[in-house]
Amino acid sequence: MLGPERKILSVTEITRKIRIYLEETFPQVWIQGEISNCRRHTSGHLYFTLKDETAQISALMWQSNLETLLFAPEDGMKVIVRGAITVYPPKGNYQIDVDKMQPVGIGELQLAFEKLKQKLAAEGLFDPRRRKPIPVYPENIGIITSESGAALHDMKSVLERRFPSIGVVVLPVRVQGPGAAQEIAQAIVDMNRYGRVDVIIVGRGGGSLEDLWAFNEEIVARAIHASRIPVVSAVGHEIDFTISDFVADLRAPTPSAAAELVVRDRAELLETLRNMSYTMKQTLTDRVNGYFERVKSLVESYSFNRPKDYLREFAQTLDEFERSLQLKFHHFVELTFQKQLNFSQRLESVNPRGVLKRGYTMVRHKGTVVTSSKKLEVGERAVIEFHDGEVPTRVER
Amino acid sequence: MSARKTSKGSFEDSLNRLEKIVESLERGQVPLDDALNLYEEGIQLSKACAEKLKAAEMRIKKLAKNTGGQFELQDLE
Repeated sequence: MLGPERKILSVTEITRKIRIYLEETFPQVWIQGEISNCRRHTSGHLYFTLKDETAQISALMWQSNLETLLFAPEDGMKVIVRGAITVYPPKGNYQIDVDKMQPVGIGELQLAFEKLKQKLAAEGLFDPRRRKPIPVYPENIGIITSESGAALHDMKSVLERRFPSIGVVVLPVRVQGPGAAQEIAQAIVDMNRYGRVDVIIVGRGGGSLEDLWAFNEEIVARAIHASRIPVVSAVGHEIDFTISDFVADLRAPTPSAAAELVVRDRAELLETLRNMSYTMKQTLTDRVNGYFERVKSLVESYSFNRPKDYLREFAQTLDEFERSLQLKFHHFVELTFQKQLNFSQRLESVNPRGVLKRGYTMVRHKGTVVTSSKKLEVGERAVIEFHDGEVPTRVER
Repeated sequence: MSARKTSKGSFEDSLNRLEKIVESLERGQVPLDDALNLYEEGIQLSKACAEKLKAAEMRIKKLAKNTGGQFELQDLE
């Protein structure tokens, strides 16, 4: 039996009391555990269970908090979370509302990283609008890395393959261990002072978080930010993010990738040049051909050909004139010939020998024509000339 | 100091100029005489750029400071 002094609460009331109690008692706790049953809701929020060998607690992380993570939480991952304990009344269970999460084992460095990242972000060092453009066709590249590291070797071979005509100036530095950050920062300053490079690649090959740490130090971040020459950050592998990456003008996933990003492929460029030469030649040829066609059509046009027509007409007239001249000449020659002929005939008719044909004869004595009977003596010789021959003769009385 | 003067001036400028020339030739609005001059210039630029690209050997040097604090380029082992 229940006592008369009993106070009866509704489920809602007790849940509220529990909620207030829990939320006031655990406004912020750090819990370490393993993620399980991890699922991302379509809203973007992450629901999961945090457990160890003997217990478990429901957890959720809002999308806005999730976005700040540099890794993707997944089942089996050991993490430390920070959050507030709350109650979800409809299900009657308590849970942790997580606002921070970090993988176990990174701890301090990661915290330092986060702290510096927030500080520099607040100062505007990561503002994309402050990034300098990377030159499209650099001729000289500055490389700040270890002289003996794989990164330099990788970059050299990429540059040699893609763009052997590039000039490379290496400023060797230590990339890990005490003092490395100071050397890298000084190298960036020196490279700017030297000045004869179009872009600087600063980086190193892969390694542990501790190995890469120099690129997470403030002095390096500030030097990159202050660089007048554009800086490409190329640290570790694709998955490694450093402060240098955030502040640089361009982040390359690896040193080789940095070399690829910085120079264009020479073969492609040569092809582009060939295409441009071809286009120039072609457009000009087309144009000249166009003009040629225009001139041709003008030459063939009616009005342009009028003078030619005149010329043709004139030539024709000339031909006709010549023909008629020839005719007239023939006519003239014939006429002259005819006249000549008549004249000969008339001349013939007065030829004394012509008279002989009609039966007359001529008498010659000593070469002269005898025109009187008294001119001959008896016994003298004379010649009687007929039209067809002569007969010698002697005067007898 | 044997490094040649870097670039900002040369290759990129040449290429930009070349692109402009190709564009204006393609648009075809310049008078023919100018177009011929542009063409000449363009072919020269294209040849010069190609020459630069064809320089076969990569020049790789190490930047060091001498005792006087001046920069000098040294061979890289």
